[in-house]
Amino acid sequence: MTQQAAIITPDSGRLLRFRTAALPRLLFNRSSRRAIVSILAAIALWQLGATSREWLGWPVPVLGHVPAPDAVLVAWYHVLGDAGYWQSWYQSFLRVAMGFAAATAIGVPFGLTLAMSPTCRGIVLPVFELLRPIPPLAWVPASILFWPTQELSIDFVIFLGAFYTIVLNVLGGAETIDIRLVQAARSMGASRINIFRRIILPGVLPSIGAGMEVAIGITWEVVVAAEMISGGGSGGASGAGGGLGFFIWNSYVGGSYPDIVVGMISIGIAGYGSSALVRLLQTRLTPWLEAR
Amino acid sequence: MSLVSQKQVRRGAIRIEDAVKIYDPEGAHILAVDHCSFAVAPGEICMLLGPSGCGKTSLLNAIAGFHRLDGGAIYLDDEMLCGPGRRAAAIGPDRIVVFQNGALFPWKTALENVAFGPVVQGRLSKPEAFARARQLMADAGLGGHEDAYPGQISSGLRRRVEIVRALLNDPAVLLLDEPYRALDALTRSVMHEALLDTHARTGVTIIFITHDIEEAVFLGHRVVVMTARPCRPKRIFDIDLPRPRDIGIVASKRFRELTAEIAGTLDAEALKSFARGEKEGHAA
Ligand SMILES: Nc1ncnc2c1ncn2[C@@H]1O[C@H](COP(=O)(O)OP(=O)(O)OP(=O)(O)O)[C@@H](O)[C@H]1O
Ligand SMILES: [Mg+2]
Repeated sequence: MTQQAAIITPDSGRLLRFRTAALPRLLFNRSSRRAIVSILAAIALWQLGATSREWLGWPVPVLGHVPAPDAVLVAWYHVLGDAGYWQSWYQSFLRVAMGFAAATAIGVPFGLTLAMSPTCRGIVLPVFELLRPIPPLAWVPASILFWPTQELSIDFVIFLGAFYTIVLNVLGGAETIDIRLVQAARSMGASRINIFRRIILPGVLPSIGAGMEVAIGITWEVVVAAEMISGGGSGGASGAGGGLGFFIWNSYVGGSYPDIVVGMISIGIAGYGSSALVRLLQTRLTPWLEAR
Repeated sequence: MSLVSQKQVRRGAIRIEDAVKIYDPEGAHILAVDHCSFAVAPGEICMLLGPSGCGKTSLLNAIAGFHRLDGGAIYLDDEMLCGPGRRAAAIGPDRIVVFQNGALFPWKTALENVAFGPVVQGRLSKPEAFARARQLMADAGLGGHEDAYPGQISSGLRRRVEIVRALLNDPAVLLLDEPYRALDALTRSVMHEALLDTHARTGVTIIFITHDIEEAVFLGHRVVVMTARPCRPKRIFDIDLPRPRDIGIVASKRFRELTAEIAGTLDAEALKSFARGEKEGHAA
């Protein structure tokens, strides 16, 4: 059994690997038992609160106005067979992937250039710092104006959300590289290119990974809001293919409240999954950190 | 009389003449090294002792070429490294520094670290460099740790790997800046014996900065006690203890005489530097 599965432990936030043979043991150890009990208790509480109008006579605040878990489960079951729901997943994932990939592909070389060249830093950083406080969502209307398609404008806003974080992390990471490593490499006859490739690049990889992890979380925040604001992009008002954000909004407008919660949980799952994916990539890229 | 080992060595003579190092000459004007002159024979282990912040690292950095000198000259085997018309020595594999906190590349395995020099210099092909590195690690008793990342092995092992890495560059001089400072006493004495063993095999010249008088006497052919900042030799001690040395020697009468005498000389300088409020700077 060499197959490996990955879990994220809540206490360390780091990726642990364990053999699949150990899975049953893991499910029944103390902390997993606690997690399961606490989640079940939360759902029970939710069910009680959501049905409070029936057994209490009046709805308790907040929970009393929320669709009950059983209603959500039923709604979810119905929606599973609906192509539009999966289309929403696909749309949101595609947007996140596009924006995130562009932010990484542009942000990493951009950050490295700034880190390596004080001149570039001096020229570019002031503008960068001026634009950075503008929240990505504030760009939505402008973005719709200057991009030819609505799809591109959503991608762009997502890109912005991830871009700043990645650039700043690359810059910060480059600063933490020990000058002695560079001196040692120079002593041993490494050329400038060698120093970049063998010292600077691996030196900032952990920070790139950390930046990507934060950035992927931001992209999900941005995509959902952007889809709500822009009315679902290319999917239009039909609700099909508008993305998970639009799925939620559309459920709200259409009055199918359990679907709102279905959408919310779906986004939670999507965000969790993509974070795990990024973390997996990160551990692959920086095996020396894993091996400690 | 030469105290240097029986081995026939010609390479690795360092001569420092009237070296001057000033930090921030326009502003604070910190005179770190002032008209410092001394010479190190080929194959010698020369120990530098001095109060904190007196300028030992500054001198070492000038030899390595990491810093420029503001006056005087440094020669390696009668070839001028830096001096009039050339403020900073060229950085090169003939002089390798091993720092206190170590500078192994965390993302490379021990073996990749050791093979780094010849590979980037294009002096050896990768398989050749790896074979050499493997051999040298085995010679140094580091076999079995080839594939470990630096983060996975003890700090003592890391320091030994780093010295092996330096040696694979076939340096004329090893420049060691308090390499064992962070280690516990037991590990340190293991390090000392390993270093003496390495030295006996390679005959490489070693300039070794330390704060530890016993370490200085145990390892060195000579101990150079530096003045408080600005640094220059205050007194140079010939360590006439027989070689090969082992840990038993620290109990000998001569060893204790030497350490006591050196301690007395060093103490006076340490008091001066303390009275001036010199910070104990480990970072610089
Ligand atoms: N880059 C720098 N700029 C300004 N001053 C410096 C710089 N580097 C070192 N100094 C100062 O020069 C003096 C000598 O420093 P150096 O590091 O050479 O001393 P040291 O003998 O190695 O000290 P330690 O025993 O603490 O390692 C110190 O007073 C230090 O503060
Ligand atoms: Mg020092």
